[in-house]
Amino acid sequence: MKIAYYPGCTLKTKAKNLELAALACLDKLRVEYEELPRWNCCGAVFSLADDDLIHMVAPVRDLIRVQERGQDTVLTLCSMCYNTLARANDLMKNDEEKRKTINDFMDEEPDYEGNVRVVHLLDFIRDDYGFDKLKEHITAPLNGMKVAPYYGCTLLRPKEVALDRPDNPIVFHKFLEVIGAEVIDFGSATKCCGAYQVLGAPEATLQVSHEIISDAVNNGAEALALTCPLCDYNMGKRQDQILEKFDDAKELPVYYFTQLLALAMGLESGVAHFELNREIAQKLLKKKNLIKT
Amino acid sequence: MSTTTEDKETKSAAIEAKLIPIYIMGKKYEVPESLTIMKAMEYAGYKYIRGCGCRGGVCGACSTIYRKPNDYKIYTGLACQTVVEPDMYLTQLPFYPAMRATYNFYDLEGKPEEIFELYPELFRCVACNACTKVCPMDVEVMDYIAALKRGDIKAAAQISFDCIQCGLCASRCMGELPQYHIAQLARRINGTYLTPRAEHLKTMVANIQAGRYKEALEGLKASDEDNLKKLYTGREMEPATAGEDWTPKDSTYL
Repeated sequence: MKIAYYPGCTLKTKAKNLELAALACLDKLRVEYEELPRWNCCGAVFSLADDDLIHMVAPVRDLIRVQERGQDTVLTLCSMCYNTLARANDLMKNDEEKRKTINDFMDEEPDYEGNVRVVHLLDFIRDDYGFDKLKEHITAPLNGMKVAPYYGCTLLRPKEVALDRPDNPIVFHKFLEVIGAEVIDFGSATKCCGAYQVLGAPEATLQVSHEIISDAVNNGAEALALTCPLCDYNMGKRQDQILEKFDDAKELPVYYFTQLLALAMGLESGVAHFELNREIAQKLLKKKNLIKT
Repeated sequence: MSTTTEDKETKSAAIEAKLIPIYIMGKKYEVPESLTIMKAMEYAGYKYIRGCGCRGGVCGACSTIYRKPNDYKIYTGLACQTVVEPDMYLTQLPFYPAMRATYNFYDLEGKPEEIFELYPELFRCVACNACTKVCPMDVEVMDYIAALKRGDIKAAAQISFDCIQCGLCASRCMGELPQYHIAQLARRINGTYLTPRAEHLKTMVANIQAGRYKEALEGLKASDEDNLKKLYTGREMEPATAGEDWTPKDSTYL
């Protein structure tokens, strides 16, 4: 059975480098997947108000689309989508009263009881595909490039949907190790980058993003790997502003984990679209002889 | 010769349709059961000045909302196309106010970000699907809004193709989106920027400008009425069942 793939809106607009690199890898790994023919925005953030059920409708509808096609697992790449879908799924599975309210409201759709499994590419590789099997496909390992794995919040919190131990995760570490990086462990790996606060409190967000990058640099990282378009926005796309604002800020290349995977699998670097990252991202890869100059 | 009573009865039964009760804006009327909502309203005494439109199901001016007895569902239809049902409660909603963004189309480059900027409320959609449920043309309204949110203008243009701009989607939207205006912009962008140009059209326009039909048109202008009639009635018409490869016998002007 093909695995259902849910891309999310941002991967089709601002984070094409996250998606296109991933799909090239999945093709090479011969993972059979298909993008859901019908899907809507998951809502991008899980609503925390306990009685705000209307914002559950969007992610639940996506899960119903998976169920309708007879598929039992949905694969995500964006950690925000992962979090939103997984939490909505959790609610539908465990909260009988809210499940009934939501199913009654969505009377044009079949009932949903939380039976689809929501996975992120990282735990899909760990649990379904296998790191050992992945290792066989790593033909151009990253030659010990020092990479810090940045988990952010949404892969690990809350614990109900955490794809690893929330306080001391290792899945991203393991992933980087398999693709031939030297893994730089750092204390800020699971701190919040500021996320949507960038809209209401842009300066405070710069501050926390700066602290995370500095922590990685101070621990010897040459690059930061991440899984989330919003983290990339705060620490990649806005890095110019961080450099401008803080005297002690050092520039650090930021990559999506799927881009690094594509390189390590020996795929042509064009599939990873490094031109969509900051310029320094390509410079480092050239310096390391990981892409042709 | 006079008709028999029996004949009269048969005739009258054939002409007189059964009357059924319907409620127009809460007031009860008895109308013939086979009429469309629009004809039934006229039968009941309403006179259309606006809100009737084309009477052919394509203009979107006569959108109607109704409910049936003991049924919580909202039903919609075009008054000119939908046949009355017993005990339906209906009202027409010929227009629904919705904000239409102002733009100079040729200043646009056809990017999704431009739509996001003109219609930022796009992102207020919570995927409740009320728009799709209410669409009298069965357009998957929510799906084209979802497509636009991810920047897929082409998909939005295709999904919204049957939209007749009646505005019922906007009337039900909890995010207050003017879906049909946004879709129209998507179709304009798709038609202008995303769809390949018809290259053969350029050649044809150049040919016409170079005088391809000048002589023929001059000939027609110089003809008298009788000759024009003869030409018109004698013209070769494409049969309704003709295939795509059909060509007329006289191909002088092709």
